[in-house]
Amino acid sequence: MNPTTAAQAAYIVAALLFVLSLAGLSKHETSRAGVVFGIAGMAVALAATIALAYHDITAAGAALLVTAVVIGGGIGVWRARVVKMTGMPELIAILHSFVGLAAVLVGWNGYLHGEAGLTGSLLRIHHGEVVVGVFIGAVTFTGSIVANLKLSARISSNPLMLPGKNVLNVGALLAFAVLTVLFVVRPAQLTLLIVTALALALGWHLVASIGGGDMPVVVSMLNSYSGWAAAASGFLLNNNLLIVTGALVGSSGAYLSYIMCQAMNRSFLSVIAGGFGMEPGACDGGAAGVHRETTADEAAALLSEASSVIITPGYGMAVAQAQYPIAQLTRELRSRGVRVRFGIHPVAGRLPGHMNVLLAEAHVPYDIVLEMDEINDDFADTSVVLVIGANDTVNPAAADPGSPIAGMPVLRVWEAANVIVFKRSMAAGYAGVQNPLFFRENTQMLFGDAKVRVEDILRALVPQPSLHRQAHREPATV
Amino acid sequence: MDQQLDSEPLRLGVVAEGAAGETRVAATPATIRQLIGLGYEVVVESGAGARASFTDDSYSDAGAKIVSQRDGWNSDIVIKVNPPAAAEIDQLQPGAVLIGLFDPARNATGVDRIAQRGATVLAMDAVPRISRAQSLDVLSSMANIAGYRAVVEAAHAFGRFLAGQVTAAGKVAPAKVLVAGAGVAGLAAIGTAKSLGAVVRATDPRPEVAEQVRSLGGEFLAIDFEQQASTDGYAKATSAGYDRRAAEVYAKQAAEVDIVITTALIPGRPAPRLLTAEHVAAMKPGSVIVDMAAAQGGNVAGSVAGTTTVTPNGVTIIGYTDLPARLPAQSSQLYGTNVVNLMKLLTPGKDGRLVLDFADEVQRGLTVVRDGEVTWPPPPVQVSATPAAQAAPAVAGPAAKAERNPMRTYTLVGAAAAALFLLTAFAPSAFLGNFTVFLLAVVIGYYVVGKVHHALHTPLMSVTNAISGIIVVGALLQIGKGNAIVTGLSFVAILLASINILGGFAVTRRMLSMFSKG
Repeated sequence: MNPTTAAQAAYIVAALLFVLSLAGLSKHETSRAGVVFGIAGMAVALAATIALAYHDITAAGAALLVTAVVIGGGIGVWRARVVKMTGMPELIAILHSFVGLAAVLVGWNGYLHGEAGLTGSLLRIHHGEVVVGVFIGAVTFTGSIVANLKLSARISSNPLMLPGKNVLNVGALLAFAVLTVLFVVRPAQLTLLIVTALALALGWHLVASIGGGDMPVVVSMLNSYSGWAAAASGFLLNNNLLIVTGALVGSSGAYLSYIMCQAMNRSFLSVIAGGFGMEPGACDGGAAGVHRETTADEAAALLSEASSVIITPGYGMAVAQAQYPIAQLTRELRSRGVRVRFGIHPVAGRLPGHMNVLLAEAHVPYDIVLEMDEINDDFADTSVVLVIGANDTVNPAAADPGSPIAGMPVLRVWEAANVIVFKRSMAAGYAGVQNPLFFRENTQMLFGDAKVRVEDILRALVPQPSLHRQAHREPATV
Repeated sequence: MDQQLDSEPLRLGVVAEGAAGETRVAATPATIRQLIGLGYEVVVESGAGARASFTDDSYSDAGAKIVSQRDGWNSDIVIKVNPPAAAEIDQLQPGAVLIGLFDPARNATGVDRIAQRGATVLAMDAVPRISRAQSLDVLSSMANIAGYRAVVEAAHAFGRFLAGQVTAAGKVAPAKVLVAGAGVAGLAAIGTAKSLGAVVRATDPRPEVAEQVRSLGGEFLAIDFEQQASTDGYAKATSAGYDRRAAEVYAKQAAEVDIVITTALIPGRPAPRLLTAEHVAAMKPGSVIVDMAAAQGGNVAGSVAGTTTVTPNGVTIIGYTDLPARLPAQSSQLYGTNVVNLMKLLTPGKDGRLVLDFADEVQRGLTVVRDGEVTWPPPPVQVSATPAAQAAPAVAGPAAKAERNPMRTYTLVGAAAAALFLLTAFAPSAFLGNFTVFLLAVVIGYYVVGKVHHALHTPLMSVTNAISGIIVVGALLQIGKGNAIVTGLSFVAILLASINILGGFAVTRRMLSMFSKG
């Protein structure tokens, strides 16, 4: 055993631990063990790599290494502790951008430093790997930055509509192909610089031209790209652990993107090439009618007589931060013997699984939070459905072949005896499609901020004593 | 809606049934709460629910006012069960709405009398048989009860167990029950007889009901003769050839079975004769026949409406015509719920205002008289109550697609494999090794991630964030090798990747610790 074979062995162990880590996430019961496997794998890999690097590193280099890990780790743990669950999409996006940037830097280093001892076709492959790694990394980097800015509402989440945007994207890909060939044949720093700039611009434009509601697809797509970027670095460095990990992450992101696209009945390309509602005439509404308004008191009366309640949250719940009062309402109803469950559409929110995390944060037990397919047949036996900040995912127009969202699987909330829709106003959803659900006979609209309205319902439901208790507590805490 | 708020809500009266032997009532305390919820002022005639075990007090607790017979009829909307007697019609206010069973096809005098009063009649027994109207279909809900009760009456008259048993005193064979006609009543009878342990067989001219019979545990006796599928959910008159085949089946079954329940009715016509005197004579002594069509002339030779007869060979023929009324509380509950569902349809504003919309085929179909104008019979409804025939073309689409798919899949996989071969065949072996690892890892990743629970997709993303920080390995191997630029870039890369690794794992642990089971 020498340091190199020891490192290779450690890499195999680490790769298997990573596979176990992802496998652990298949169930709630094993998910925590999964994270432990992941951490163990990472520790093994890092220890082996440092041992490998140890014998020819300079003292200054070692000091820099430790400094970088300490600073980076400190920032990471700090962000992880303070991030709000509604801010998860932004955090995930910015973490993707770091992987992207790191891949760009590793690629550049590979060009500047790592060519010793390579000749002939191996050298050409090496150059190809440098270009591909830098390109994917740079697209991931700027794409994730834009996604982060959009998700944190620091720039408008509306799609950027440059003229001929698809031509721009395809043109950039073609230019990349030409430049790759050029770089492989005749490596030059300028060519690599141009590729980097081109990829940065492409990543920016690609995500800027996608609207807010398609963000679950974009975030999982960037997740996938960050994996491919790591895998490309692995090819570059001839490091199997990087290749395996990158491929795992890349296919994970690709699979999530696939699920999200299925849930919208759209192809991946159509999501990337443009959002909803861009075809002429998509916004004509069609099924407009008279909606019926209700009050929090009436909703409370309806809920107190219900035997079964399903809550279908959407992005609006995250925006209004309504998950805490909703969880309280759930507890109150469950304590009265009402069967309360949640129905989650795969693309609800801005991140795959976003709603589940928000509800978990508010201590809603995960076994009453069900997926669309698990709960869709139960709506017919349900007394009351609360639609909180969701629109397109509960739109019966999806069954209408002429609708822009035709064929999209939706939660069939309208089959329930009563539907209460929490909504700010009568505006159409992300897809720009009018929602006939609002005009159904069994639907009532509860306008206003979702959080405030749910709190109103709670106040109407919970008898006076607990309000008294609150009144007593207030002077004590002041 | 606003301009209606100032006007008074309509008064809805629940009146007692005058007909002898009628035990049902058109509303229960529970349905009255719902009617009040629709905005109506509800009054109940004193004693209306007494025979169905609903006291006046229970009605007033539900929010209704208890009134005299005269005041009950003096309402804007009167709901009852049976068709009204002539004297009762004369108590209706002009412009009032009467809701109940009416038998408009055979009640021409009643229709004329109502028309003269200038009132409106909505006949609960004229609801079109379409899926949307199922919740107000009184005939279905009453037939369901009658089917149940028919079996109970038969079991009562039958001198043996229905279920087979092995006892210390010997083995008892299960009773054999034949149900003729697998409509709502027939299916209810099949289910009830089966749950009492009998062996159940059923016949019906509509071959499409065979599946429903089997789903309840019955055996479907097919009568092999061409018969057109029903378009309105009701059985049609049968052809002579069919009747001949059916008679053979009944002759054979009559000699074998212990209990026969006949439910065959054709709307607007006398009941078809299924069992002849010879069939009945061929039955074993002690056998029981329940003729649920006795009121319409009977399916069985020798049945007498409203009573029980015993044939010379000892076969009991039950011809009760009041089977639903023998379960008064149950019938009232289902009838009352049907009425509430109708009122929901007629009260779109939930404001106590009744709105009759003739554009709706359900409302059009059950309106017999509107404000003194006879609107019976309605135009025919051509929506099939049996979805089977329509479902076929809808199924054809996906099926055809499924047939195309395998071919396309093979072509795609073949093309991809060929491209992969060409790509890798010219590559050096060092690259090939890496590529093999890469491809296998992609496949493993796809299958492992495919099993991840949907609720854990966000933790999955943060974990993959953390482990894609493994790119730090690349930077670790590049730092401190003398070249200042390379070291600088590596430093930044290590810093960024460290954020990912520690941040990703930390936030995943935080998220997972929040998930708790209820």
